[in-house]
Amino acid sequence: MELNAKIPPGPLKDKWSFYKDHAKLVNPANRKKLEVIVVGTGLAGSAAAASLAEMGYKVKSFCFQDSARRAHSVAAQGGVNAAKNYKNDGDSVYRMFYDTIKGGDFRSREANVYRLAECSAQLIDQAVAQGVPFGREYGGYLNNRSFGGVQVSRTFYARGQTGQQLLLGAYQALMRQAAAKTVTLYTRHEMLDLVLVDGKARGIIVRNLDTGEIERHTANTVILATGGFGKIYYLSTLAMGCNASAIWRAHKKGAFMACPSWTQVHPTSLPQSGDYQSKLTLMSESLRNDGRIWVPLKPEEKRKPNDIPEDERDYYLERRYPAFGNLAPRDISSRAAKERIDAGFGVGPQLNAVYLDFSKAIKEQGKEKIKEKYGNLFAMYRKITDTDAYSEPMMISPAAHFSMGGLWVDYELMTTIPGLFALGEANFADHGANRLGANSLLQACVDGYFVAPYTVSNYLAGEIHAEKPDAEAQEFIDAEIGVRAHLGKLLAINGTKTADHYHKTLGKLLYDYCGLSRSKDGLLYAIDEIKKLREDFYEQLKVPGTEEEMNGELEKAGRISDYLEVAELMCQDALTREESCGAHFREEYQTPEGEALRNDEAFCFVSAWQWQGEDKEERLVPEPLHFENVELTVRSYK
Amino acid sequence: MKINLKIWRQTDAGSPGRLVDYELDHVIPHMSFLEMMDTLNEQLILSGDRPVEFDHDCREGICGQCGMMINGRAHGPIPHLTTCQLHMREFKDGDTIYVEPFRGKGFPVKRDLRVDRSAFDRIIMAGGFISVNTGQAPEANGIPVSHEHAESAFDSAACIGCGACVATCKNSSAALFTSAKIAHLAKLPQGKIESRKRVLSMVEQMDIEAFGHCTNTEACEVECPQDISVLNIARMNWEYTLSKVLK
Repeated sequence: MELNAKIPPGPLKDKWSFYKDHAKLVNPANRKKLEVIVVGTGLAGSAAAASLAEMGYKVKSFCFQDSARRAHSVAAQGGVNAAKNYKNDGDSVYRMFYDTIKGGDFRSREANVYRLAECSAQLIDQAVAQGVPFGREYGGYLNNRSFGGVQVSRTFYARGQTGQQLLLGAYQALMRQAAAKTVTLYTRHEMLDLVLVDGKARGIIVRNLDTGEIERHTANTVILATGGFGKIYYLSTLAMGCNASAIWRAHKKGAFMACPSWTQVHPTSLPQSGDYQSKLTLMSESLRNDGRIWVPLKPEEKRKPNDIPEDERDYYLERRYPAFGNLAPRDISSRAAKERIDAGFGVGPQLNAVYLDFSKAIKEQGKEKIKEKYGNLFAMYRKITDTDAYSEPMMISPAAHFSMGGLWVDYELMTTIPGLFALGEANFADHGANRLGANSLLQACVDGYFVAPYTVSNYLAGEIHAEKPDAEAQEFIDAEIGVRAHLGKLLAINGTKTADHYHKTLGKLLYDYCGLSRSKDGLLYAIDEIKKLREDFYEQLKVPGTEEEMNGELEKAGRISDYLEVAELMCQDALTREESCGAHFREEYQTPEGEALRNDEAFCFVSAWQWQGEDKEERLVPEPLHFENVELTVRSYK
Repeated sequence: MKINLKIWRQTDAGSPGRLVDYELDHVIPHMSFLEMMDTLNEQLILSGDRPVEFDHDCREGICGQCGMMINGRAHGPIPHLTTCQLHMREFKDGDTIYVEPFRGKGFPVKRDLRVDRSAFDRIIMAGGFISVNTGQAPEANGIPVSHEHAESAFDSAACIGCGACVATCKNSSAALFTSAKIAHLAKLPQGKIESRKRVLSMVEQMDIEAFGHCTNTEACEVECPQDISVLNIARMNWEYTLSKVLK
């Protein structure tokens, strides 16, 4: 099977207009006959569900949380990018496109990235109209700040809660449609399988997490907006419930996975403090606008940070990347931190952190100004660590964060399964091998508000005369039997180890061998270990209770059973990409100075993976990337 | 540290519940409260017991999913903090901790410490939004909002919907939650247009959901993780009166 990205013809800047001008439309009278399933209620899911319902489609919205408002988009702190050029500092759609494609180390499609930048301005308009309280200047106009990896101020923010405020806007739009009965909400429902009829996505099997009931839901199209799977590393910045199950089960039904190993490791998280730890809390990257990152010049330094004189500190980002300094992109900053920590210069009780120091900014701008900018982050830091970051530096450490990889989608955000769309972090599309700060909220919103309404309609135009999906069809019966069998299998093992045990073991393996730096030997070792761990899982797992009740452990076990398969594909993906690009750093491919060495001759493609069956190696289908508008350069932030 | 726990166990909404005693050794002060609960559950699972069901997700104080009454206080002893951000260093070796669900007539217990907070969704459905479709929005800077108004609207909008206000209120009133949304939208020019209709329908829904009335004890403000001010309730009452009188 050849992959067709369905890029519209014409010059880059006209492609999206061309698409919109030629996309098929559905008559308003027909829309209410067409059903849409949206899984996930984060920014992409809520935005798509609300927008499609506003158009008149019948929408069913699913989430595993107890309210749509709790999806993990809520946790994004720093901001959302848009090429408004309100600061008159030279920003434009093209420049934002270029920053994004360069930031992604030239491993994404030009047309998709351009559309992201093109629709960015519209998103700010939409969010403001919804009542999102973005930061304002004293004249009443919107304010911006700069963010890692770019030299203009294009980031809009709502204090340190931009994700929450954007999500509340989308959630409220969704609730408005629920009140209008154009959306039916299914909270505390988890998708456990995708159902295909005649090769097209026709519905899903879900489990009601409060009662354990298994339900079948039919639709004319299925949209997955189920977010990222960085939680596969166990210790991550993600919520406990974030998972890969929806996209993985769709993958096993034929949707290709693209570049699953490309995981962004965020440079400014709080370090791990012990084995009991369940999550790594993220401190917004916006802190790097005023904070300076350093480690002591002497290894295993025993003095307190404030007692270490200026000339015995190594501001390694400023030293290595003078042009960008502390604002170097995330992949570069994280790797530079790991390099110092591995070399023995780490700080903190576990020697696994670096300092983020605000003393200079406080001296120059005053404590009040810093408090106004980052007050809630400093308060959060204090709550968790019991330390006052106004008087001594924060300690930060890299943590698994964002999945650039996900379901392969074409320009329409459709997967390789007709009628199955993937939006937001669940897809691989716009970020290439590394995502720029404040582009994640943007991508989720643009996919949901501005892309899906056109592309999903274009697909649904062909569904008007299609046979109405039937929940009693054999395909639905078989899928339900499969789901029940898997749950039964997990419960029947009755071994001696908890689901968390496997998750933690897997997470550590991935951090060590498929994290910030990867090598052939390490990946081969990890693949072997993951296989063993998976065998052990099906022999020694213990899940209490039954499937016919609320059972949090059963939910976890199901997600981990998928993670144990995703992890192997991640390693396979990393192993076959014999170059370093963005977040993917292969130790064998680096410059003498330790910078990533990309290989455009051999690896200028997206690795899409096709499932071949249980215990069979997946097939790699490359989608070549063509660059007609930008020159592939070495990404230098020096 | 050694910690004694008395945890509310209840199979489902229809069954009676009771406090059950547990002992936990080797609790580390740096653990979060929920990590302490994870440790307990690990023990329970391995000894063949049913683990304690509790709500949680982001574990960084923003999703609003977690919430327990800890020693009789919503989210525990520290004001303006979610349960997930509470750490065991706030307790002493040998302490006994009572852990109960967020109670309230509008929040039926689903199992153990999990409660049904869907009433909050229905209050928002009643009018907690601005009626704008995708595509209708004008240029963002076409709606200037003064810095003070934007900041004040943010203060109200910061609510995470955890329900601590209801749980801590002796009347189980949802006034703080409801008023925060009413105030957030009423303070902005784009939300002002629907404010009269909004306040009436949201307050009506709040009453339908069996939440009690506000008697101005201000307990909610003390526990609110986002420090939402009771002045929002005053604002709601003002908006309500305005809407009733000018109807």
